[in-house]
Amino acid sequence: MNGLDTKFSALADPTRRAILARLSLGEATVNELARPFEMSQPAISQHLKVLEDAGLIMRRVEGTKRPRRLAKEGIEAMNQWLGMLRTALEKNYDRLDGVLAAIDTKKRGEMR
Amino acid sequence: MSKMTLKTEGDTHVIVTRRFDAPPEALYRAHTDPKLLQKWLLGPEGWSMPVCINDAKPGGKFRYEWTNGKGAGFHITGEYLELNPFNRIVHVERMHLPDPTPDNHVETTFDQDGEGTLMTIRMTLPDEKTRATMLATGMEHGMEASYVRLEAMI
Repeated sequence: MNGLDTKFSALADPTRRAILARLSLGEATVNELARPFEMSQPAISQHLKVLEDAGLIMRRVEGTKRPRRLAKEGIEAMNQWLGMLRTALEKNYDRLDGVLAAIDTKKRGEMR
Repeated sequence: MSKMTLKTEGDTHVIVTRRFDAPPEALYRAHTDPKLLQKWLLGPEGWSMPVCINDAKPGGKFRYEWTNGKGAGFHITGEYLELNPFNRIVHVERMHLPDPTPDNHVETTFDQDGEGTLMTIRMTLPDEKTRATMLATGMEHGMEASYVRLEAMI
């Protein structure tokens, strides 16, 4: 559960979500990431820092370039959390299946 | 059995869908009748809902209290805005942890789908930050307590 707050907060921004969407297609440099946005490079760098601090992206050193890519572990942690949420809700709804079956039986009984 | 889906939409919505092998009327009753709610809206083994007050009419209030029987618990309060038997329920709710979370606006629809029903829950949070917090912490505390205590899943 560590760092989930930071991760979800990092996602609470459309620019940062767009950056992640772009990175899901593959590694990109800051320039490449800044291009689609009407934003200065420092502003983009600030968003990248938030994503990096949240453990959602990583950087690599290649000469003077610092290409960013998705951090698998960080993304996986969020995915696992959402998966648990799903499982939990599913448990309730599995129980609801049983309750509904009982309602149906009763209704049919009344109609007879 | 049909799979449940849980996804975010736009900046402030969370959408849950699930199909059931029962008519919309049964779903509607299971969501508004306290006796029925107490049978399924429970979370993991060991949790129960000792208090289920539900005044299912426009403007009516509800209060659900959960406990694990070992001193842990939390509650939700809310108000109904619209009720269209047996297809649609609109309400607001907040979780008390114990401080209340920002209001979650929830529209639940039950649509006939062949022999069964497709349920769609559309939650709207006041802003992106609140949704992020709900997904990260609100649901973690509330739903984790209710549904996803890690030990209950392993």
